[in-house]
Amino acid sequence: MRLIPKEIETLWTLFTAPVVWVVHFLACYVGAAIYCAKPELIGLSFSAVRAGIAAVTVIALSLIALSAWLAWRQWGFGTDDPPHDDPTRRDRTLFQGFATLLLSGLSFIAVIFTAMPALFLTGCIR
Amino acid sequence: MSAAIKERSREEYKAQEERLRAVWANPAGWRYWTSVNNFQIGLWYGSAAFAFMLFAGVLALLMRLQLAVPDNDFLSAEFFNQAFTLHGTVMMFLFAVPIFEAVAIFLLPPMLGAREMPFPRLGAFSFWSFFLGGVFVCGSIFFNAAPSAGWFMYPPLATDKEFSGIGADIWLLGLSFIEVASIAAAVELIVGIMKCRAPGMRINLMPLFAWYLLIVAGMILFAFPPLIAGDLLFEMERMFDWPFFDAARGGDPLLWQHLFWIFGHPEVYIIFLPAIALMAMIVPTFSQRPIVGYSWIVLAAVGTGFLSFGLWVHHMFATGLPQISLAFFSAASEAVAIPTGVQIFVFIATMLAGRVIFSTPMLFGAGGLAIFVIGGLTGVMVALAPFDWQAHDTYFVVAHLHYVLIGGMLFPVVAGLYYYYPLINAKKLSDRLGRLAFWLMFCGFNIAFFPMHLSGLRGMPRRVFTYPAEIGWDWLNLISTAGAFIFAAGVLVVVFDVLRPKHREPRGELNPWNAGTLEWISEPEEDWGVRSIPIVRSRYPLWDQKDLARKVNEGRYYLPDAEEGRREGLVTSVLDAEPIQVLRVGGTSNVTIVSALSLGAAFIALTFHWWIATALAAIICFCAVIYWLWTGTGEIPEKPEKDVGLGLSLPLYASGPDSVGWWAMFITMVGDGTAFASLVFGYFFYWTIHADFTAGIAGPDAVWSLVAAFLFAAAWGLMMAARMFNRRRATAAMRGLLVLSLLTAVAASATGLAAPWSPGMDPTRHVYPAIVWILVIWVLAHAALGTVMQAYCLARSLAGRLTPKHDVDLSNVVLYWHFLLVTAVITFAIIGLFPAAM
Repeated sequence: MRLIPKEIETLWTLFTAPVVWVVHFLACYVGAAIYCAKPELIGLSFSAVRAGIAAVTVIALSLIALSAWLAWRQWGFGTDDPPHDDPTRRDRTLFQGFATLLLSGLSFIAVIFTAMPALFLTGCIR
Repeated sequence: MSAAIKERSREEYKAQEERLRAVWANPAGWRYWTSVNNFQIGLWYGSAAFAFMLFAGVLALLMRLQLAVPDNDFLSAEFFNQAFTLHGTVMMFLFAVPIFEAVAIFLLPPMLGAREMPFPRLGAFSFWSFFLGGVFVCGSIFFNAAPSAGWFMYPPLATDKEFSGIGADIWLLGLSFIEVASIAAAVELIVGIMKCRAPGMRINLMPLFAWYLLIVAGMILFAFPPLIAGDLLFEMERMFDWPFFDAARGGDPLLWQHLFWIFGHPEVYIIFLPAIALMAMIVPTFSQRPIVGYSWIVLAAVGTGFLSFGLWVHHMFATGLPQISLAFFSAASEAVAIPTGVQIFVFIATMLAGRVIFSTPMLFGAGGLAIFVIGGLTGVMVALAPFDWQAHDTYFVVAHLHYVLIGGMLFPVVAGLYYYYPLINAKKLSDRLGRLAFWLMFCGFNIAFFPMHLSGLRGMPRRVFTYPAEIGWDWLNLISTAGAFIFAAGVLVVVFDVLRPKHREPRGELNPWNAGTLEWISEPEEDWGVRSIPIVRSRYPLWDQKDLARKVNEGRYYLPDAEEGRREGLVTSVLDAEPIQVLRVGGTSNVTIVSALSLGAAFIALTFHWWIATALAAIICFCAVIYWLWTGTGEIPEKPEKDVGLGLSLPLYASGPDSVGWWAMFITMVGDGTAFASLVFGYFFYWTIHADFTAGIAGPDAVWSLVAAFLFAAAWGLMMAARMFNRRRATAAMRGLLVLSLLTAVAASATGLAAPWSPGMDPTRHVYPAIVWILVIWVLAHAALGTVMQAYCLARSLAGRLTPKHDVDLSNVVLYWHFLLVTAVITFAIIGLFPAAM
C-alpha cells in the first residue's frame, strides 16, 4: 500500500482543499449549534467543544497540507514558472498543480479564520 | 492539412456555405420567436432583463420621490411596501441573475469556438419561463397585488394572509418558476463549458470568462435549491396551513431565514463573479496584453465560490443565535475578502504591465471597481457582528448593498454592453454618449448612495415610507433623491444609445478593439456561430494564431459543412479538449414555448388556487415535455460515425458518462439533492430547537419505513439489472425487469405512504408531522417521476429507439435512480429510526 496517492488525471483535485474547508466549517458550525441548543445531549462542557474544534482543525489543516504537497508535486515542485499557457499536456498539468496549490493556501488560511473564534469564546453566549 | 482540402473547388465551398447557412437559419415572420439559436436567445434574455431593470428602476425613483422630503404623502404606505419589495425582487431575480445567463448564452459558444450550447432548446425553455414568470411578478403591482413583505419575505409577516395578501403567493410561485429557469441555465452552462470547447482548448487555455461561469453555474446548483425547498415549505404553510414557520405549533420563522440566506448570500457572488468575468475579458483587451496571473484569477473564482457559502448567517447576526455561531460566519465573511481582493490586484497588475487604452468600457469597468471597493470595505465593517448590531436594518446596509451590487455588477455589465455591442450588429455604441452616461451614472450614484451611509448611522431604518422632520434625515434624503435622478439620467443615455437607429452608420470591422479571444471572429450576419470549428493553441488565439480568423472563415477547420442538414457541434474531453463526438443539437421548435407557457400557466393558476386549471396546464406541460424528449433526444443516427474534416472521423452517438445528456442528468440531480438536503436540514433544525420535537405525537411506523426503504432499494437493483441485460442484448429480459422494477417502485411508494399514514399523522397540527410528510411527499413525487421514466424506456424499447448499443435513455434513467435510492433510503431511515434513537 502506498501512503502518498499517485498523480491522477482529473479536474476534481482542484477542489480538494476548498472541500476540506467546507467540511471543517460545517463540522464547527453544526457541532457548536447542536451543543448550544442541546447542551445536555452529550453532557460535556464547552471546553470539550473547543477541544473538538481544535481537533478537526488540526485534521483539516493536515489534509490541506497534504493536498498542497500533492499540488506542489503536480506543479513539478516549482521548476517552471507560470503562466503555463502552452498548448501542451505538460503545461495544462502544471497549471492545474499551481492553481491547486494556490487554493490550498487560501483554504489553509480560511480554516484558521474559522477556527479562531474557538480561541476566544468560552461559551455559547446568546 | 491534406492536399485534397486545399484543392477544394470554389463551387464546392459555396455549396458547403449555403448548406451550413440553411441549417442554422432563423425562421422568418412570427416564427422568428420559435428560434432556439443561442444568439437570439441571449439577445432576448438580455433585453428582457434590461427592461425589467428599467421597470424596477422606475419603482426606485418613485420611492426616492416619496422620501425626498419628510412627512410626504406622494405614495401610500401600502404602495411603498409593494414598490420596495418589487424593486429588490426584480433587480435580484429578474435582472442581476438572468442578465448573466443572457450574456453567457450569447457569448460562451463563440468564445469557446463552439457552434451552440449543448442544449439549445433548454436555453429557449429557460428564457420563456423567465420571461413569463417575470411579467407575472412585475404585472402584479398594476393590480395592487404585488408582494409587500420585503424581498426576503420573512415570516411571520409574509405567512400571514391578512397582512401579505396574494402578493406573497405571487412572489413564491413566480420566483420558483424563475429558479427552475436558472437551474436549467446552470446545467446548460456547466455541460457547455466542460464538454463543448473547441479542440485544443485545454483547461489552461480556457477564457477566464468560462472559468468564472463554470464556478457560478456550480454555485447556482447549490444555492438555488435551498430556496426552492424553502418556497415549498412556505407555500405549504400559506396554502394548506402546514405550520413550518408558525411558532405556536412548533415551527420557527428562523428556518426560513436560514434557507433564504443559504441561497441569498451565494447569490451576491453569483451576481458579482460573472460581472468580474466581463472585466477579465475587457481589461486584457484594453491593456493589449494577456492577463497577469491567470491562475490567480482561477484561485479567486473557485475560492470565492466556496467561501461564499460560509457567509449566510451574517444576514442573521441580530437574530439571537449563539455568538460562537456568529463568529464562524464573521470569520468566513472576512476571509472572502482575500480572493475578492486578489482579482482587483490582478486587474491593476495587468493594466500596469500593459499600455492601457482608456475606452468607454474601461471607464465603466474602473469606475465600477472603485465603487465596489468602497462597498467591499463597508462589507468588512458589517461582517463584524458588534458593528452589524448597530447598523442592522438601517440605511447603512442599503448603502452597502447598492455599492456592492451597482459597482460590482451594474457598471461592469454596462462596460460589457459597450464592449460587446459590436457583436450584435457590427457597430459600436457612441463613445461620446458613453462617457456622458458614465459621468452621470458615476456622480449620480455616489450622490445618491453615499449620504445613505450617514442617514443609516443617524438611525434611519430601511423600508420606512416616510419620516418626521428635524431628526437630521431631511437634507441627506433630499441629496439622495437628487443623486438618484442624475443616476437615472445616465441610465437613460445608455438606453438611448442602444436604441437609437444606427442603419446609416457604416458596418464596423469584425474585431474593433483588437481583442484576442475567439468570440470576435463570429460574423453578426451569420447564424452559424463559427464557419468551421478551429483548433485552439493559445489563451488569446486571435493574437497568437495569426491566420486563424481567415482559416476559420474559409471553412478550413472542423465541420465546415452540414451534409445531412443537421445542426452539429463537437464534444471534446474535459481536460485537454480532444474531440470525441459529433453532437447533433435540436433546431427551431415550438415545443420549448409550449412547455414553458404551460408550466407557467400551472404556476399562475396555482397562485389563485384554480385547481382544475392547474391540473390541465400541468398535463399539457407533461405531454409537451414527453413529446420534446421523444422527438428531440436520444436519436439513433443514420450512421455510427461521420467525417468531420481534417481527416478525423468521430462517433455520432454516445451513452453513459461520455454523453452530454448523462452529465445534464447528473448535474440536475445534484441540484435536486441539494433541495432534498435542505429539507433534511429542516427536520434536524426542528429537532435542535425543541426539547421533544415530536411533541408527543406518534411518529411514522418504523417497520413500514424500513420496508419502503428496502423496496426502493430492490427497484433500484432491478434497474441496474435491466441496464446490464440490455447491454448483453437480452432485450426481453430488460423489458421484463423494467416492468418488475416499476411495480416494485409502486409498492415501495404505497408502503412509504403508509409509514406516516398509519399512525394518523396530521400535518396541520404540529410541525413534526408536517416535516415528516413533506419528506415523504418529496420521495413519492420523485418515485412517481422515476416510474414515468421507466415507462418511457419501455416505450422507447418497444418503438425500437432504445437498443443494446443505443441505451442513452436507460443509462440516464438508471443514473436518476441512483439519486432516488439515496433520497429514499435517507428519508425512511431518518423518519423511521431517528425519533426512536433520540
